[in-house]
Amino acid sequence: MWRDAALVAGKDLRIEARSRVGVNQVVPFALLVLIVFAFALDSDRNTLVAAGPGLFWVTVLFSGLLAIQRSFVIESDDDARDALRLSGLDGAGIFLGKAGAVAAQLALLEAVLTLGVIVLYGVQLQGPVMLLLTCVAATIGLAAAGTVYGIIAAGLRVRDTLLPLLVLPVLAPVLLAAARACEAALAGTPAEGWPWVRLLFVFATIYVTFGVVAFGPLLEEA
Amino acid sequence: MASAVRLRSAVSLLGRFPALAGVDLDVAVGEILLIQGANGAGKTTLLRACAGLASFSAGEAEVLGHDLRQDRKAVRRRIGLLGHATFLYDDLTVSDNLMFSARSAGASAESAADAMARLGLDGRLRDVPTGRLSAGQRRRVAIAAVIARRADLWLLDEPHAGLDAAGRNLLDHLVREAAAGGATVLLASHELDRAAALATRTVVMAGGQVTGGLLATGDVRISDLAAPGGAGPSPRGGAQDGAPARKASNVA
Repeated sequence: MWRDAALVAGKDLRIEARSRVGVNQVVPFALLVLIVFAFALDSDRNTLVAAGPGLFWVTVLFSGLLAIQRSFVIESDDDARDALRLSGLDGAGIFLGKAGAVAAQLALLEAVLTLGVIVLYGVQLQGPVMLLLTCVAATIGLAAAGTVYGIIAAGLRVRDTLLPLLVLPVLAPVLLAAARACEAALAGTPAEGWPWVRLLFVFATIYVTFGVVAFGPLLEEA
Repeated sequence: MASAVRLRSAVSLLGRFPALAGVDLDVAVGEILLIQGANGAGKTTLLRACAGLASFSAGEAEVLGHDLRQDRKAVRRRIGLLGHATFLYDDLTVSDNLMFSARSAGASAESAADAMARLGLDGRLRDVPTGRLSAGQRRRVAIAAVIARRADLWLLDEPHAGLDAAGRNLLDHLVREAAAGGATVLLASHELDRAAALATRTVVMAGGQVTGGLLATGDVRISDLAAPGGAGPSPRGGAQDGAPARKASNVA
């Protein structure tokens, strides 16, 4: 399973590195969203700082949707999804590989966006441990849930418009919990943030488990 | 002789439509079987079902010793499928595509390099993204992927399409070589002359069933096996001498 996961993740990341869709489209899109929010709220700098964590995770969520969609678009070109089925790779391994590749892209995006909120919003980082754990748990949760719903939508003609409708409500708890945990960390009140971090890890565990179990059968039906 | 493929009254549904409507077929290990038939006869579905990509809903279906009605995934690593699509990732290079194909089937990196060399892809094309290749070159890469997997069962759907003369000759050579090495080949083609010369046996499909078969290659009258409803294949040149067709059961 882990060998198959590494094979699929390596393939997906190599495709992204070669196509440069992430660097040339997803990252600029994410930065544009941050800038648009900055324009909208700039009259009140304090509001921008206070809303920073929420705006950060909304931007990650929207940009993450692009990465998730992209992860399945590359499998629909030239019937590559049939090749993935025919490969004989373990379904759980394929899930972990695809989710891992999406998570790696999200982590890179979050690093860029962190610099963005520092520069554009004037946010000062505090509570690095909580921030780091929040990012880790939220990224795993986003990638795992997105990959599960990505394969559900993959075989449908309306997948491009259906995926956001399916995924956004499911990921709302991640958005809420990650924003609250980051707010608590930045405010220097970590005690208020740890329950949200725990919630993020529970969410991530549930969707990773579900994906490992269900991705193979879902791939067969896609 | 051991059967690589054994189907009895095998049914495969596309939605509610029986794309395979009770197929009986035996293919021995090492055989090169040509499947002929009009468009919509069920050739592609038969190949996809043998690859475990389409399910059998009734009858018996055994491929390389695996009961596909019980588990259609187990056989996949031993299958090489060349379909209408090439199954390639456009942004990956020829080398990357073949490496992924080989390693996902449990084959070594050397087998990918060997396949590249055999198809003449180890030169300047090696590091070119497959999205930039011509249709014929992509077809070559797809054939190389089948070789790189070290497949025991080759399922080739219109394999000569898009290839130039040299590519067709090379493909024929590789198919014969694979069969001589113990692989079994199922081949669906409308290019009757070339494909029939390559095959050791021919069967005809119509309406989702195998309606008849011919023994070895040679001057045989395939038109004698015309499908019900006039959907049979075109006659070959050898039919004009009036020699009787050598019909055989599709079940060996």
